[in-house]
Amino acid sequence: MRIAVVNRAAFLTRPEYRGLRVVAVLGLVIAWEALARTGRVPVLFLPSPLGVLAEGWEMLRSGELLGHLTASLQRLVLGFALGGAAGVVVGVAVGFFAAAEAVGTPLLAATFPIPKIALLPLLILWLGLGEPSKVAVIALGVFFPMAINTFTGVRQADPLLMRAAVAFGARRWSVIRKVILPSALPMIFAGLRLGAGTALLLLVAAEMIAVESGIGFLVLHAGNLMQTTKLMVGIVVLSLLGVLSHWGLGWLERLAIPWRASS
Amino acid sequence: MRVVVERVSKLYADRAGHTLRALDGIDLVVDAEEFVAVLGPSGCGKSTLLNLIAGLLAPSEGAIWLDGELSPGRAATAMVFQEFALFPWRTVQANVEFGLEEMGVAAAERARRARYQLDMTGLAGFETKYPHELSGGMRQRVGIARALAVGPAVLLMDEPFSALDAQTRQLMQEELLAIWERTRKTIVYVTHNIHEAVYMADRVVVLSRRPGRVLAEVKVELPRPRAEAMIAEPAFVHAVERIWSLIRDQAAQALRE
Ligand SMILES: Nc1ncnc2c1ncn2[C@@H]1O[C@H](COP(=O)(O)OP(=O)(O)O)[C@@H](O)[C@H]1O
Ligand SMILES: [Mg+2]
Repeated sequence: MRIAVVNRAAFLTRPEYRGLRVVAVLGLVIAWEALARTGRVPVLFLPSPLGVLAEGWEMLRSGELLGHLTASLQRLVLGFALGGAAGVVVGVAVGFFAAAEAVGTPLLAATFPIPKIALLPLLILWLGLGEPSKVAVIALGVFFPMAINTFTGVRQADPLLMRAAVAFGARRWSVIRKVILPSALPMIFAGLRLGAGTALLLLVAAEMIAVESGIGFLVLHAGNLMQTTKLMVGIVVLSLLGVLSHWGLGWLERLAIPWRASS
Repeated sequence: MRVVVERVSKLYADRAGHTLRALDGIDLVVDAEEFVAVLGPSGCGKSTLLNLIAGLLAPSEGAIWLDGELSPGRAATAMVFQEFALFPWRTVQANVEFGLEEMGVAAAERARRARYQLDMTGLAGFETKYPHELSGGMRQRVGIARALAVGPAVLLMDEPFSALDAQTRQLMQEELLAIWERTRKTIVYVTHNIHEAVYMADRVVVLSRRPGRVLAEVKVELPRPRAEAMIAEPAFVHAVERIWSLIRDQAAQALRE
């Protein structure tokens, strides 16, 4: 008897289907455009993709879009940097120093579950209606995932490597800098990704209160004036911001963690 | 540099809070330029003993000191780990430079000394590789180069080749012996392999099962430099048999448990 041996695990391999990805996105846009062109749906509810594109181009040329974008990016970058840096510092401290852990763990556990958006009115009371309260709410939103992820990353640092470092003369700060931080880096980047999502959300929320600039303002204002096409431009820009930050962080991660990139 | 371990005991507290005696009253002197193997079943406290000598743990009882002159720019001890313990985020070169960095050696001098050790350990051409890109044997070479780079007076080796396949282990043993012939460091070499201990060392210190006590010290009367053919010589066979008879009961007990 002859039994042909075939690869029975073939269905477990996952081909990449690059073409399909493009088709999925294009398909959605084309279907949307087609729907808009039938004229059955009023432009007020669903402007066509081409219409949004044209409006976006117009806003770009007039400088309106750039103004909003710069205002938003400023808040985003500043909040992200402040919250991220504070999160890493607190995460390392709580993860490494026993005293900091005793103080930090209950405080973090108590404040972490608060939806940060609920703090916005409080922050406005404290810091006023201007930029500081907007930046602060974004920083807070980024701080928590960063602190918690850094803490986890620090805790996952291999005790063997720490002992090896000490065996070769490393003191406390060397161990933190040369063993604990690089060990925690993958978790820190995971925190940055989480933080990026939260930051975008809080940005839009913050820009819906008492500002005259920013993508969030653009979306809210256009909505109030029933300028749906403009509103859509704002949403598309927000989604682009999300995608770009994702790519940018991925690129930065490969740059910062070269020992993983090649594996 | 001489290593003196005097009546050292080490107690650990386990998870349940019970104290566990890992080492019990260890007396051990390793002379300058001597190659001593510490042999014992797993769990008998060999790693604990090395960590104590390296100053990575404090003895619960007794004292440990190093005797001799230490020239500047050199470390007293350096360790080679069983699991290699290389820093995955550092290239081969940067791993070897680690100890020198901590000693405050200037960058150019660091690179020079690391390069020298990389040549000595057959790692030339691998400087920019990361540990995960290397085979086990290559990784342990990096571990040895990192230890030698700080010019230690005492080299502590914790089962350095036990994670390697038999052929690689044999080659690495010979390379280590060649390095020792050249540098004549004091070496404390931990192993659970009787043949390896006898083949490498001037003297084998045999530890009992936990709590680790010194059962006996067996001098190996084989000439240097050692060669593979010596494993057939009466002195080799005698030493192996003597050690085996010492620990055979212990091993049998362990099997019954
Ligand atoms: N940090 C520790 N806490 C508690 N027990 C430990 C610790 N380190 C080692 N031990 C125990 O001490 C004994 C000796 O361990 P070790 O020195 O690693 O032995 P060996 O290297 O000879 O295998 C073992 O029973 C081990 O479980
Ligand atoms: Mg061990």
